[in-house]
Amino acid sequence: MPEPKPSADLWRSFLKPGRGQLVVGAMLCITALLVVWTIRSQAAKPDYSNLRRSELVQLLDNLTAETRRLESEVRELTTTRDELRSGVAGAKEADDEASRRLDRLKILAGTVPAHGPGVRIVIQDPQSKVTPELLLEALEEMRDAGGEVIEFNDAARVTTGTWIGRDAAGKISVDGVALSAPYRLEVIGDPATLETGARFRGGLVSQVEGSNVQGQVTISQESDVRIDSLAQAEKPRFARPK
Amino acid sequence: MLAVLGLIVGIGVGFLVEPNLPTFLQPYLPIAIVAALDAILGATRGWLEGVFSDRVFVVSFLSNVLIAGLIVFVGDQIGVGSQLSNGVIVVLGIRIFNNVAAIRRVILHA
Repeated sequence: MPEPKPSADLWRSFLKPGRGQLVVGAMLCITALLVVWTIRSQAAKPDYSNLRRSELVQLLDNLTAETRRLESEVRELTTTRDELRSGVAGAKEADDEASRRLDRLKILAGTVPAHGPGVRIVIQDPQSKVTPELLLEALEEMRDAGGEVIEFNDAARVTTGTWIGRDAAGKISVDGVALSAPYRLEVIGDPATLETGARFRGGLVSQVEGSNVQGQVTISQESDVRIDSLAQAEKPRFARPK
Repeated sequence: MLAVLGLIVGIGVGFLVEPNLPTFLQPYLPIAIVAALDAILGATRGWLEGVFSDRVFVVSFLSNVLIAGLIVFVGDQIGVGSQLSNGVIVVLGIRIFNNVAAIRRVILHA
């Protein structure tokens, strides 16, 4: 094995490069270029390309397990969502039913304004001979004929506890509201039935127009009767819901 | 000196220029690098043993790189590219180890 060159030779060739060094330099330059480029392009690649097969299989397994877990989670959440949705639908139905009931009861109790088809009955009483009993009978007839909401003179809303009497001045009063002639009854219900109920023989019309009162009744069927007066709903003092 | 200069210039250019290598070259570059390393180490060994010839170096360098690339290319064409590139790497690796061992023996006498 030959000895390495003396250091003087080394220095000489280092300082005065020949053609061989030029070639070597060019080759090294190309190699360094390739190495650097390759390293950089490897660094730019996604991590997976450098993984081995077993590692990739492991990764795939993990992903599959994760997918299964997430799928079961999706199923669970979907079930929960459906349950909640049906619960919401049920609650909404109950809510609607309650609000329908509330509307019915409000109309019954007279705490809300109402409108609908009905009749307007005007009782002229020139001789002031209309009695509370007569009006009460008229009211009962209207109720029999299916009147749902009844109002006197745009002021007194008829409810379940309505009473008719005379006040201290001798005027007819409904629930404490004094009425004066002409008395106007506005009734929401089937107009034809209501008019028939008022006009039957021995009923409201024949009583008012009879010789006792000698008044006059006009009945007009309306497609939209508006009843705006309200009654105060009082809390029952004794009765409690069962 | 020119050799060191060439190395530095190569590294510098490599860092300065964006590596937009064509994708069909990508699988051959690592092989080419290993082949080039083998050629360089062989040249170093020859230089230390006093039998260095730049002509031999250039020819061995180019032929190493080209043949390594060709083998892998052919392997790719017939569907055993990865196996063949493994084989080339192994052979070149053995040669690199041999060269390094010879260099070591010359320099360290061990």
